[in-house]
Amino acid sequence: MIRVVLPSHLRVLARIEGEVRLDVTDPVTQRSVLDALEARYPVLCGTIRGHDSGPRRAFIRFFACEQDLSHEPPDDPLPPAVAAGAEPYLIVGAMAGG
Amino acid sequence: MTGVRVLAGTRKGAFVLTSDGGRDRWEVSGPHFAGWEIYHMKGSPADPDRLYASQCSGWSGQVIQRSDDGGTTWAPAGNQFAYDGTPGTHQWYDGTPHPWEFERVWHLEPALDDPDTVWAGVEDAGLFRSRDGGQSWQELPALRGHRSGPSWQPGAGGMCLHTILLDQSAPGRMFAAISAAGAFRSDDDGQSWRPINQGLQSEGIPDPDAEVGHCVHRLAMHPSRPGVLFMQKHWDVMRSDNAGESWREVSGNLPTDFGFPIDVHAHEPDTIYVVPITSDAQHFPPEGKLRVYRSRTGGDDWEPLTQGLPQENCYVNVLRDAMAVDSMDECGVYFGTTGGQVYASADSGDSWAPIVRDLPAVLSVEVQTLP
Repeated sequence: MIRVVLPSHLRVLARIEGEVRLDVTDPVTQRSVLDALEARYPVLCGTIRGHDSGPRRAFIRFFACEQDLSHEPPDDPLPPAVAAGAEPYLIVGAMAGG
Repeated sequence: MTGVRVLAGTRKGAFVLTSDGGRDRWEVSGPHFAGWEIYHMKGSPADPDRLYASQCSGWSGQVIQRSDDGGTTWAPAGNQFAYDGTPGTHQWYDGTPHPWEFERVWHLEPALDDPDTVWAGVEDAGLFRSRDGGQSWQELPALRGHRSGPSWQPGAGGMCLHTILLDQSAPGRMFAAISAAGAFRSDDDGQSWRPINQGLQSEGIPDPDAEVGHCVHRLAMHPSRPGVLFMQKHWDVMRSDNAGESWREVSGNLPTDFGFPIDVHAHEPDTIYVVPITSDAQHFPPEGKLRVYRSRTGGDDWEPLTQGLPQENCYVNVLRDAMAVDSMDECGVYFGTTGGQVYASADSGDSWAPIVRDLPAVLSVEVQTLP
């Protein structure tokens, strides 16, 4: 079970409370997690990355296990702790004011 | 008519303001989509309970929301706006080629006769249409693909298609305006387009009377007289009496002819409204006095409307999509400001009162007259 944490504005948009828990078949990668997330919540398509598994939106970042994964290849395996459900995969809106 | 519903899009959410025919007591609902920019909301003329909203953010891009119950509840619709084919380039601010990139939906225009059909004007300038209630969107590429497209360049707010007017008397005829390309007309439901900018004069472009390149801020039309168009250009208020074939200036005695919105009285096709703004560098009213100007002669002769509006220390702006009229027997006029006020006049502009004073900056105002 993969745990995913979304920024508040996307939780509101998708009507999600708390963490999302997803079944993702191996290999557990950023792409496979996002594919599963968008399959469950189609409204998130285009809000995190481009449609059809497109590039990450500029002001969205991906963190896990205290690492910044934003620039890692999307098909690289996620850390074992994420794949095991011990740590969440964090989808974060870049900090900005206004 | 039972009342009016004002749809206010702001920098931080959407608000729905409703009143009976008296228009002196208002119920305020919102913020809907709190924290998101709502560039525009509009109701279907064919079904007043069908509303569309353009919701966007710098983080997460574009979302389209739809309501089937007059704004009480909303559901996300489709948000995939893909240009047709390889979109090529337009000019960037410095004149260099820049790829066409979808940024946001500026304006939603529901069809006159079908609640499931809605047009979208987007940045970078393009025209899209949905025929399934906003679930899917297809570009009508002829406008962006006009031979002049590679020479278009953005205005300060982005290269936005901000105005879509549908002519109910001539099926297939529609008008669009792009900042800063100009005005365009289609006579075949958007399948082909041509610029309609003859008579415009714009400083700041190499050829002041060029076919395209004019920063048109807004077009307006009265449905009973669709051959007459009014335009608030970057500078100059303009009028066309031949569906855009040519334009003449009608700025007349305005204190400044810079501004953003322009609209037409619901029952008097020659009564028009603008909000003069000091200049392109000073986006606030002259002398700190918020004045709507009304012409009852289709331009040239203008009168200031001040009753109920702040006449000192007012430095807000009124954006291009932030003025609308209702069609009650006594026409109501509405506008929103970047200071978060939505003002209403229930007497054609003679007097004004704020419906709300402290919203986030208002990006758009539309009004529905409810049956």
